Amino acid sequence: MSGGVDSSVAAALLVEKGYEVIGMMMRLWSEPDCGPSTPTNRCCTPDQMADARRVADRLGIPFYVIDVRDQFRRAIVQFFIDEHDAGHTPNPCVECNRQIRFTYLLERALAMEADYLATGHYARIDRGQHGYRLRQGADPHKDQSYVLHTFRQDQLARVLFPIGELTKEEVRRIAHEHGLTVATKQESQDLCFLKDGDYRRFIRDNSLQIHQPGPILDQDGRLLGQHNGLPFYTIGQRKGLGIAASEPLFVLRKDLARNALIVGNHSELGIRELIAGGVNWITGDPPSGPIQAEVKIRYKAMQINAKVSPLSGDRVHISFDQPAFGVTPGQAAVIYDGDICLGGGIILDENIKEEFHENVILEIEDFTG
Amino acid sequence: MQNNKIYLDHGATTPLHPKVLAAMAPYWNELYGNPSSYHRTGAVAARAVATARETTADLLGTRSESVIFTGCGSESNNIALRGVMTAARASGKGNHLITSAIEHSAVLETSRQLRDYFGFDLSILPTDNWGRVRLSDVEKAIRPDTVLISVMAANNEIGTIQPWREIGELARAHNILFHTDAVQLVASRRWHFDNEPIDLMTIAPHKFYGPKGIGILLIRQGVKLISSQTGGGHENGVRAGTLNVPLIAGAAEALRLAMDEQDSRIAHVTSLRDQLLDQLPAALPGLCLITGHLSERLPHHASFAFRNVTGNDLLMHLDVAGIAASSGSACSSGDPKPSAVLESVGLGPEWTKGGLRLTLGAQNTTQEIDYTINTLTGIIRNLLALETDFAVATV
Repeated sequence: MSGGVDSSVAAALLVEKGYEVIGMMMRLWSEPDCGPSTPTNRCCTPDQMADARRVADRLGIPFYVIDVRDQFRRAIVQFFIDEHDAGHTPNPCVECNRQIRFTYLLERALAMEADYLATGHYARIDRGQHGYRLRQGADPHKDQSYVLHTFRQDQLARVLFPIGELTKEEVRRIAHEHGLTVATKQESQDLCFLKDGDYRRFIRDNSLQIHQPGPILDQDGRLLGQHNGLPFYTIGQRKGLGIAASEPLFVLRKDLARNALIVGNHSELGIRELIAGGVNWITGDPPSGPIQAEVKIRYKAMQINAKVSPLSGDRVHISFDQPAFGVTPGQAAVIYDGDICLGGGIILDENIKEEFHENVILEIEDFTG
Repeated sequence: MQNNKIYLDHGATTPLHPKVLAAMAPYWNELYGNPSSYHRTGAVAARAVATARETTADLLGTRSESVIFTGCGSESNNIALRGVMTAARASGKGNHLITSAIEHSAVLETSRQLRDYFGFDLSILPTDNWGRVRLSDVEKAIRPDTVLISVMAANNEIGTIQPWREIGELARAHNILFHTDAVQLVASRRWHFDNEPIDLMTIAPHKFYGPKGIGILLIRQGVKLISSQTGGGHENGVRAGTLNVPLIAGAAEALRLAMDEQDSRIAHVTSLRDQLLDQLPAALPGLCLITGHLSERLPHHASFAFRNVTGNDLLMHLDVAGIAASSGSACSSGDPKPSAVLESVGLGPEWTKGGLRLTLGAQNTTQEIDYTINTLTGIIRNLLALETDFAVATV
């Protein structure tokens, strides 16, 4: 329970259905602040703790705060830094769900003889012919299956998503009906452990690597400018390159060997195929051969039709029917069959050899910055 | 939500004794007068307070004039430390305070504030591995300008009874005042305050089936202190504020019962305590230590440290299993720090987050203790298995 509307309503619905519910809040690590106040993770400030406790009191359920700051710092924050150092753009929420929420917390819940761990995620679990299936949340705008694609069958058997069938609007309405005062809160998309929402500054402050400036090149190797260090850029980024050109330039990829940032126009950003590693198949087994599916390459990306071919070593080759824009090593490629999440993996650097080329003539204009 | 099935946190607070409730009953809306008032309604209330004060003084071996009613044990500690130190400064009699590393935060934080914001000198004494302050350390810390030594009578977290009398005698020999926070110990022995080398003593009736919201401070006649809370000169000018008549009546009744029933209460909790101390470490070899002194220990107090377990995890699992317990390092905000007390008794980092305190009371039974030992053993084994799994998962 975060004190927010989603987990509060999830708890309320379970209480209503007659479950014996225990509220838990995870206290997560946060970057120390220089300010006078005690540093607190945005997900678990004293205010939110008080909110969650108030909700639990209202529902008549016990409420515990468990301290996972150390585990979160070691497993998630360090991973975030290391991945950026390696030239990737990680999704820490995927890792947090995998390692903290649905491993560490789930184990603790089961150890106290709970039957299920329930969360306020917008996703659905149902039992199909071949075991448990993870499905997208009913609200297409809120679906969170992307960050849950690492689920195994044994986890799905022990997890409930009580609001998965609802829209955000319905969740708000239920919160209101239950007199849960959290109903009108604003949501934030920032990473919860940053003190100021500036991940570049965080990497600069916390990475042990020295991030050297280097060249910004186009696909043909022409020098267009200088970058401040590769971790401070992400694939598809347009702003903040310090280059003016006739048409907008985007970060296409990072060349770690040359410490170069490769940029190009929007069409050059399109990629036809990629390889993802560490792939999890929710059924437990990869398909026996290539399948036609839809793939999401970012949390908020559209699903694109693709042929997905299992490779050795928990990898898949994904071949898109149309170019995918903003394919970024470190992000997850999540595989769907309609609204069923089949699994997914982390996009590897290997796809950078496979960009989709389109013949475009660049008209370079004089620029004044 | 309902209370836990098994309550093993009598060191935190106790249920009100029905006789205490009865003793307080008339003073809410029937005999509601303000004892400071001139009229009869006030006089009736004043009589109740005077009786309670006399009872308290008799039971503790002192005179009514020495008994100050406060708002809680923490307040008694604050009045004692702030009052004595500021009075000494006002009369130019010194600037130095001695306390110990294992005091309740009401003493330790007050001492630190006196040092950090009010310019007093502070010495914080270490303890031995049983949690006892060494007399030699006290002696070494004493300076010509030492005003006050404050060492608790028994520790709340690990149950160790301090050599309070010896420390008091040492203080007296050096013409230094001695305060003891006796909150945990008061109900476990008989007192003759006037014959003891103690100048100020803190008491909290809710630890022995009395009401919350009231504390007692015994002050030896002649001890000078400056009031921290000024006003209408109540309580000999030590603590201003309208007297809380029902709670004062309840405090005296709780103390009376504690002394009347002391032998049977101690016999009951001691046997349960020894059941825990004997059986729990044996059930978890290498994973569980008794903390604190083995014999110089509160009769209702069993405390342990568990290897590589955090107190909060432990308390949560115990709570879910229906058992109310506490841990020196736990707090409800999920912010477990290593216990300063467990560090002070020389335990390493693998132990200092895993403190557990089980404090017993009149209503606990042998069956409850059996259940607790079984449950706790299972929880510890579960938690240790989880820690290992997670360590593997993160590599």
